[in-house]
Amino acid sequence: MDSSIIILFVIIPLFAAFLIPVIGRLVPGFQRIFTSSIMFVLLIISIIAVGESQDTMTYMAGGWEPVNGVPVAIYLVLDGLSRFLLIIINLLGFLSAFYAISYIKRYTGENFFYTLMCLMVAGMNGVVLSGDLFNLYVFLEISVISSYALVAFGVEKTELEASYKYQVLGGLASLLILFGIAMIYWRTGTLNIADIAIILTGEERNAFLVFVQLIMVTGFGIKAALIPFHAWLPDAHSSAPSPISAMLSGVLIKAVGVYVIIRLFFNMFQLDGGLASVITVIGAISMVIGVLLAIGQWDLKRLLAYHSISQMGYVVIGIGMGMILLARDGDKSVAALAIGGGLFHMINHAVFKGLLFLNAGSIEYATGTRDMTKMGGLARYMPVTLASSFSASMAISGMPPFNGFFSKLVIIVAAIQGGFYLLALLAVIAGIITLASFMKFQRYAFYDKSPQREVVKEVPFSMCFSMVTLAILCLVLSLLIFPGIREVFLGPAVNTLVETADYATKILNL
Amino acid sequence: MTLFILCFLLFLVGIHGVLTRRNLIKVVISLTVMEFSIFLMLALIGYISGAEAPILGSEMVSGAPVVDPLPQAMVLTAIVIALATNAMLLTIAIRLYKKYGTFDIRRINELKG
Repeated sequence: MDSSIIILFVIIPLFAAFLIPVIGRLVPGFQRIFTSSIMFVLLIISIIAVGESQDTMTYMAGGWEPVNGVPVAIYLVLDGLSRFLLIIINLLGFLSAFYAISYIKRYTGENFFYTLMCLMVAGMNGVVLSGDLFNLYVFLEISVISSYALVAFGVEKTELEASYKYQVLGGLASLLILFGIAMIYWRTGTLNIADIAIILTGEERNAFLVFVQLIMVTGFGIKAALIPFHAWLPDAHSSAPSPISAMLSGVLIKAVGVYVIIRLFFNMFQLDGGLASVITVIGAISMVIGVLLAIGQWDLKRLLAYHSISQMGYVVIGIGMGMILLARDGDKSVAALAIGGGLFHMINHAVFKGLLFLNAGSIEYATGTRDMTKMGGLARYMPVTLASSFSASMAISGMPPFNGFFSKLVIIVAAIQGGFYLLALLAVIAGIITLASFMKFQRYAFYDKSPQREVVKEVPFSMCFSMVTLAILCLVLSLLIFPGIREVFLGPAVNTLVETADYATKILNL
Repeated sequence: MTLFILCFLLFLVGIHGVLTRRNLIKVVISLTVMEFSIFLMLALIGYISGAEAPILGSEMVSGAPVVDPLPQAMVLTAIVIALATNAMLLTIAIRLYKKYGTFDIRRINELKG
């Protein structure tokens, strides 16, 4: 396979974003079909990228070859972890775009909606592919600026307020990230992640590096909405149109937040036990506090948004435990198990949280409310929404045989094997509270006595299709735990992280 | 080194503004102050005293020191991004003003919990 496939992930959505407002103005209905088909093409390409080869591939933008072994071009890198994230992004992108065909008809300015959506996907694909720090920053800004606009898409009071809050905190985070990048460039004189990794190898832990690392953790922590940096997330994710909430919660906080933390701290900086503990503690706090804040919510989308914080906590403790074990030269297989659990929970969270937000959108579409006390008795009218949301609720609460059970199990087993008994206990407790809050959602939305209202109809086909597909995926993804399937998809992603130094040597062909 | 410390002070002034101001527009201005402190720092990183501009031409003496052009390119890109974020923020601030009739953050509080 030619390495020029890599650039397609960025070019196709960018070009689509240009075409949609131009042609969509002349041909009514063009934007709906076109966006869905573009996203489907992207999904197919990312599946090809996973299936065809497991090697690390690099694409040098503009074809600038390295001079005397010094990289000159901007590198785009496709390795195990990038492939893993690309599948998540483009899967959710396709299903949200298809869902939006019916959902977004209520809003004006459909062209702009799809344009911004394509830009967001282009930015996220760029972030996970980029092998250059500044290029990563540029792609990150492309995706978050379009998400600012999408959060405000309803232009009502709450949407605007949420968007403003999101932008101020997001802007602060972006500036901290840029500051960190500037400091790294000052120290190393290069922006290529692999090159920086080589230069930093063997360097003693010193105040300068710790300062840069803390700045980076804060910046990307705000983007990933880890507690205590979470203030913007419940507002922004609950105010956006539902397909966009699914994208924001399902993909954006992973691609621009957690993914970059993982990439930088495993493959660029030297592993550092102290910092790994900081990351793990932040993850544990997010996991517990997020779920405690969630259980009191009565606004459905707000409840789901708080659960995003809590579930990202699971991902971060999985990754953090792996980091601590690797930094201490502990058992590599336990570290691999912990990292694998974290990554597995990442894809599971994308699927079930995306599905739950789409369910919330369907309920809002049918009944016009997000308040759980005003729903009730929908089980009779909306069978598809009921079945798919049941599947997602069980998955997020960790009930077998849904995917959430297996990933939480892997994380807890890794925590016990690695000697983190407190983390294992907290993970179990958070899981139980999650179950309680989703029982509440199921009961109040579907089974309670219904208030006086007109007959509610099930949502149109395109919305049902996306929900059913994701509900099936909730079951099918459980298979990723079994040997044979694991090696194809999850294994390469874990290997890139466990073999921390291989990233740099493979890219620079040392 | 003094210049870098002054840059960092400017950065802190910006953060202080973002955290304490109660006016939507003043928050945007504070963010801009932070942005520019980082741009200044980037430009300073590339600066070598007594060096020439990195433009390849007949007047350039080969072997003479030139300043690092890469941070300058980064600053240009970052300025464009900052323009986009500021335009977006100000647009939202104006829309908020139309809805609420005020720029005061304390009175724009529909979202809670």
